[in-house]
Amino acid sequence: MAAWTDISGIRQKIADSSAEEVTASYIDIIGKSKINGFTTLWDEAINVARDIDANSHDGPLAGVPIAIKENISTKGISTTCSSKILQGYVPPYDAHVIERLKEAGAVILGKTNMDEFAMGTSTESSYYGPTLNPWDPSRVPGGSSGGSAAVVAAGEAPVSLGSDTGGSVRCPAAFCGTVGLKPTYGCISRYGLISYANSLEQIGPLATNVADIAAIMEVVAGHDPRDSTSINKENTYIDALAEGVEGMRIGVPEEYLSHGIDEKVEKLVWDSIHTFEDLGASYENVSLPHTRYALAAYYIIAMSEASSNLARFDGTRYGFCAEGDNWHLMASKTRAEGFGAEVKRRILLGTYALSAGYQDKYYLKALKVRTLVKQDFERALANVDVLMGPTMPTPAFRIGEKIGDPLSLYMSDVNTVPINLAGVPSISVPCGFADNMPVGLQITGTHFDEKTIMKAAYNFEQNTEHHKKRPPEVA
Amino acid sequence: MITKEEVEHVGWLARIDISDDESYAYAQKLNSVLDYFGQLDEVDTEDVPPTYHVADIVNVFREDKVQDSMPQEEVLANTEHKHDGNFKAPRII
Repeated sequence: MAAWTDISGIRQKIADSSAEEVTASYIDIIGKSKINGFTTLWDEAINVARDIDANSHDGPLAGVPIAIKENISTKGISTTCSSKILQGYVPPYDAHVIERLKEAGAVILGKTNMDEFAMGTSTESSYYGPTLNPWDPSRVPGGSSGGSAAVVAAGEAPVSLGSDTGGSVRCPAAFCGTVGLKPTYGCISRYGLISYANSLEQIGPLATNVADIAAIMEVVAGHDPRDSTSINKENTYIDALAEGVEGMRIGVPEEYLSHGIDEKVEKLVWDSIHTFEDLGASYENVSLPHTRYALAAYYIIAMSEASSNLARFDGTRYGFCAEGDNWHLMASKTRAEGFGAEVKRRILLGTYALSAGYQDKYYLKALKVRTLVKQDFERALANVDVLMGPTMPTPAFRIGEKIGDPLSLYMSDVNTVPINLAGVPSISVPCGFADNMPVGLQITGTHFDEKTIMKAAYNFEQNTEHHKKRPPEVA
Repeated sequence: MITKEEVEHVGWLARIDISDDESYAYAQKLNSVLDYFGQLDEVDTEDVPPTYHVADIVNVFREDKVQDSMPQEEVLANTEHKHDGNFKAPRII
């Protein structure tokens, strides 16, 4: 395991030796991996690192290796959303975030495993098989960005990008003991992110520490006219870390600490809030009364958007294609054989929710409940600076434990999905261990106030030791 | 309650081929999720407007300017089904 697992350590190592040596070392570690976190390694990575050495690249991420989730388009590198239906697809263009990373000198190591089309909480629905949690290989790494979190936790990449539609960066960050940020909706361009539920999702970074999250955000965030929901707004990330948290007002939503929460997780969250009190912050109980309806509203909206977004996978232009006498039969067979069970369930439910006679009952109703959920956040955050609670109600569950029962799997997203409905930023930071598995503290703020949640996360990290622990096999 | 026949109809709308056996299993799993969705009926949304997206923006326009597009061969590179610079698909009707 490399001794330099953060960006500043890597930059020092590059100054002492070379970017090539750093990348070669990560490729060597990945070669010995037992967790199935990477799906594809980029064979050009070492050449890119050599070029960075040869040209003395001085970008902010010059020579820093990074892993990219399977649903973010990378020119010349297979991008399949971990689905059979996109087998063989190689994008002819880079996503906006990839263009930015390349300009900054980052070295793309390869692509990471995910739940098929980002529809899941465990990375078990991948066509490539499940990714294992580096802390305990019998457990899931969380999802859907399970590969991106697991490779960072296992020291196979210092930083990675995932995407978060209903918790898909924060959940695996919590389960694998890494930091993960879901930025404000519109903060990072989605150009080149293969859409699942486009009104909810954002690309987000994962790392072993908050400063590295800030370093990645400085590079990938910002306006891009190719994504019409990208918002032109100045924001600071690295500078946000300089301040303390004296006087910060924390709201603790009672709904996030109610039914279904593991007692040890609850205790760790309160311990964390008391740590903030010691640092000069104060807390009060708040209520997000529509939380109990957020999950149903979220799934109706996500499935409806998915049924439309995934219509493009018809065997005509890319990926897997079945035989059929006419287009309808060809497409229906391609989609029946190319999509996995959960993706098909969600497309069918979304199609049903949007179909004649049911649209008002399901889709329109869900959009109205979304308004109420959003208003809950506006009301609560008018009186406090941040909201804190557990990212996930339990530590990582066992592989196979929930995959057969979709509803029980959906329930584990109860604390993460309301945040995507509201579009606010949220970060998960390690806050301790329950039964030897990592637990995440979720810190949520107002639109485009990444500064305050990152400041809180950084101060917490600097005053605790949780993020320094490594999984047993890589320690 | 979604019936086996409705599952088959939705399968047709979504262009997902569903066998006779599968439609029973789908109806069961889909119904348990739809039951759960039904709890939204409890919420009073009488005067509540829908939120389609949360970004504080309306009607994003760009200048109508001709720009370079991706070369045709790159666009067609991911399929074997092509003809004279077009995608080739089985007949539709």
